[in-house]
Amino acid sequence: MIPAFLYALVGVGLFTLGLYALIIHAHLLRKILALNVMASGVFLVLVALAARTQGMPDPVAHAMVITGIVVAVSATALALVLMLRVRIATGRAELAKEPLE
Amino acid sequence: MKKSNNAKPITENDSRQAQFRLLLAVPLSALAVGLGYAVLSLPSQAPGLSDHVAAKLEISGVSNPVTAVLLNFRGYDTLLELGVLLLALLGVWSLGAAPKRREPSPGLVLELLSRLLVPLLILVAGYLLWVGGHAPGGAFQAGSVLATAGVLLLLAGWRLDTRFSGLPLRLALVAGLGVFLLVAVVLMLAGGHLLEYPPSFAGALILLIEAAATFSIGTALAALFLGGRPEKGSHR
Repeated sequence: MIPAFLYALVGVGLFTLGLYALIIHAHLLRKILALNVMASGVFLVLVALAARTQGMPDPVAHAMVITGIVVAVSATALALVLMLRVRIATGRAELAKEPLE
Repeated sequence: MKKSNNAKPITENDSRQAQFRLLLAVPLSALAVGLGYAVLSLPSQAPGLSDHVAAKLEISGVSNPVTAVLLNFRGYDTLLELGVLLLALLGVWSLGAAPKRREPSPGLVLELLSRLLVPLLILVAGYLLWVGGHAPGGAFQAGSVLATAGVLLLLAGWRLDTRFSGLPLRLALVAGLGVFLLVAVVLMLAGGHLLEYPPSFAGALILLIEAAATFSIGTALAALFLGGRPEKGSHR
């Protein structure tokens, strides 16, 4: 089953790229996008490794990924609204280096 | 990264950042190699739980294994997942009212296209909900298609009538979780365990839960898109 491992390795790559962007960028929107890229990498690994069967892929991993996608979407929406609040409060969509007064 | 506004093109800060990026690439490459090695060292054949699912698929009420896992074998996960969706919406709403956007007129194309597309999207959502019983599909896919219809309407300038933005909207949001919990509790009182469906009408129960969940997921995602609590009287 070479394709399954190929997709899983792409997932690992996406995860690492997302982690790099998460650390490098200060802008919160970029951080949120980076977290989403990391989540996509994890989902890709799970779905790819579920295909290591004869015939039907493992449905439990697929169900986990569906659950994960919904949770990721909810968390992203909450994070975006929090980012807008930070921008309204400080004028910048970045976390302050020093604690606010 | 934002370049500093100084006149000097390359400041000490910039070169330190470049150094930091290079330094960061080293541990992250090591992490990628380690994770890749871990993935490749897994056995190439691993049935996982698919044999268990296939063995019990007949009594689950549906013939699509993913739906059987989501709504029957691991129904608890899905129940709590609907709770997470509502929790996120609660968080968004508690941060304040929806920002007042002054949208420009959507234009003839978007207006007419949304009128054409929204009924089609609702139809597709219904199809996905029904097909989830025996093929890829189900409540979450149908719910997200339904939410797309809602987002399209919101972009085209449509707002929920004020009569519905209070209690009826909240009822629509909790319908999925409510029906799911109701079924769970009734089945428990009837002598089973939590979420233990009797095989004879498991299919009907799953369809009922999925229909309510689709409606709630679609509404919740569209409400999340709005980015805040609907104001009494103006917004959805």
